[in-house]
Amino acid sequence: MSFFLETLLGGLMSGMLYSLVALGFVLIYKASGVFNFAQGAMVLFAALSMARFSEWIPLWLGMDNLFMANVLAFVVSVMVMFAVAWLVERLVLRHLVNQEGATLLMATLGIAYFLDGVGQTIFGSDIYKIDVGMPKEPVMMLESVFEGGILINKEDFVAAFISAMLVVALTIFFQKTATGRALRAVADDHQAAQSIGIPLGRIWVIVWCVAGITALVAGIIWGSKLGAQFSLSTVALRALPVVILGGLTSVPGAIIGGLIIGVGEKLSEVYLGPYVGGGIEIWFAYMLALVFLLFRPQGLFGEKIIDRV
Amino acid sequence: MFYRENGQFKTSYKSDQQIFAIPQDRWAILALIVFAFVGIPLLVDEYLFRAILIPFLILSLAALGVNILVGYCGQITLGAGAFMAVGAYAAYNFLIRISGMPALGAILLGGLTAAAVGIVFGIPSLRVRGLYLAVATLAAQFFWDWAFLRVKWFTNDSSSGSVSVADIELFDWTINTPTDKYLFCLGILVIFSLMAKNLVRGSIGRQWMAIRDMDVAATVIGIRPMYAKLTAFAVSSFYVGVAGALWGMVHLGSWEPAAFSLDRSFQLLFMVIIGGMGAIAGSFFGAAFIVILPIFLNQMLPLVGGLFGLEVSIALVSHVEIMIFGALIVFFLIVEPHGIARLWSTGREKLRLWPFPH
Repeated sequence: MSFFLETLLGGLMSGMLYSLVALGFVLIYKASGVFNFAQGAMVLFAALSMARFSEWIPLWLGMDNLFMANVLAFVVSVMVMFAVAWLVERLVLRHLVNQEGATLLMATLGIAYFLDGVGQTIFGSDIYKIDVGMPKEPVMMLESVFEGGILINKEDFVAAFISAMLVVALTIFFQKTATGRALRAVADDHQAAQSIGIPLGRIWVIVWCVAGITALVAGIIWGSKLGAQFSLSTVALRALPVVILGGLTSVPGAIIGGLIIGVGEKLSEVYLGPYVGGGIEIWFAYMLALVFLLFRPQGLFGEKIIDRV
Repeated sequence: MFYRENGQFKTSYKSDQQIFAIPQDRWAILALIVFAFVGIPLLVDEYLFRAILIPFLILSLAALGVNILVGYCGQITLGAGAFMAVGAYAAYNFLIRISGMPALGAILLGGLTAAAVGIVFGIPSLRVRGLYLAVATLAAQFFWDWAFLRVKWFTNDSSSGSVSVADIELFDWTINTPTDKYLFCLGILVIFSLMAKNLVRGSIGRQWMAIRDMDVAATVIGIRPMYAKLTAFAVSSFYVGVAGALWGMVHLGSWEPAAFSLDRSFQLLFMVIIGGMGAIAGSFFGAAFIVILPIFLNQMLPLVGGLFGLEVSIALVSHVEIMIFGALIVFFLIVEPHGIARLWSTGREKLRLWPFPH
């Protein structure tokens, strides 16, 4: 029982992290209809920038304060991600308005290759560690309920907490601020939004900035778990089933989908994996999402697809 | 062009419906094919065959298959690499498990197996569409990556996980030199291209295009979406599967699942989109572009670095390479979203009227 609970909790934690990446997809898709394959590359780029700047800034400024170094590195990384967002809108999206979905998808794949290349050229291609002072040691919980209790990483708890905070912040931003309302208007209908005076170009920059920040947060959390390295860009592939399960247009869908996929992956790997040779995590998530799609094509919380001739 | 079609009148439906309605075009294509069969083997050295020409031919075939699905039937797929893998491993298993199996038979059976698998993974297309479908096809990619890595039966219990085949034979012709391989692939490509061209301009091809343009409207005028979509998946997967079998058995000789990874799927989709969706010629342009570009960059970057007195390390070359590759793809999409095939046809149209602008 305690083993099952441990697996379940582990799944929920990693699911939370998937949602964080999935959120980036959803934000951009909602506001610009672009399926952003570069989200993974953005996570990698942000993580690399965070890792390297937190290493370089103390050297440049000659100080020895881990906390200040991290804060400064975070600020610099946020600015880097803003610059990326601005450049993407300026150089790519602006020229591809009104193109088909497939063309836009390919363009973001091109951006992904570009970011992978640039990131590794500037920041190097080794494994760098991100040390933001996340607690590493595991803790025992619920010892009074079960014999032996269950073992949980504190790090996972902190990560889940940060993700939850980010989601709350995003929800407030979307629901309560004027910019958030403008974003939702654009998501509903580009033309109508433009006709009441919402500047589309600026909205897209803002959305990519927000997606850049979620990428940075995801990059920091994943990076402090696994180290900032090239394999981070494949995190996006793990998050894709989350997006189609939850619905491409739904923020709550991304969260709940992430939790379902996280739990499904872990449970399948532990209870089903040994029978078929292991390593089934990645395709199991896709199969889960696929079977789900057969019954609900728009995903869990996606808007109903209405066909009109 | 350098010729005019003035005075060429079509007097029968047959002459109106030809693939190349203008004699000059017909002769030009024929000359190109003859040159490819006779001229190139005389002119080209072994490295060029191995590094560029054979990959180009096989990937064109695969791109042709992807183009049928993406360009003609409008179903985006990110799992083409998996169907290449299915074709390759199925052909391998047919070849070694059935004694006396001819290599060509194994390759075609590999294609048919891929077609069957393609139909299964095409079923979601009946319910979902567009980007959801694109992500759904990734399921095929990850599933088969895993299956060929973990299920030992597919690799005939090979301990290293990689499989290899001896030189294949076609009747009495042993295909072992690069020239032989080139001619073999070229022959298959020519036949398959002709088949594809005839398929897409026939009844079934028109059904695919109707589904692509608007599937609800197509259903209303009496096209069965299930039949049209699943045949597109089957034909496309057949082409991709044959290409995969050729890639494994003819080009590589011994391979492991990484040869057909997700990157391959992306690469094939790039070929189709850069070459031109819904154009047979586009598959060739796209394949040429994607095959040659990395090699070109790889050769050029150290030279360019040398000009500026920079020491260019191998790691840096590979990073700058993917960077430029990504940038060029974006650039191409912006300049000509309809692909090189569209560029080609506008160019022809302009030349036809030259020196007049309209």
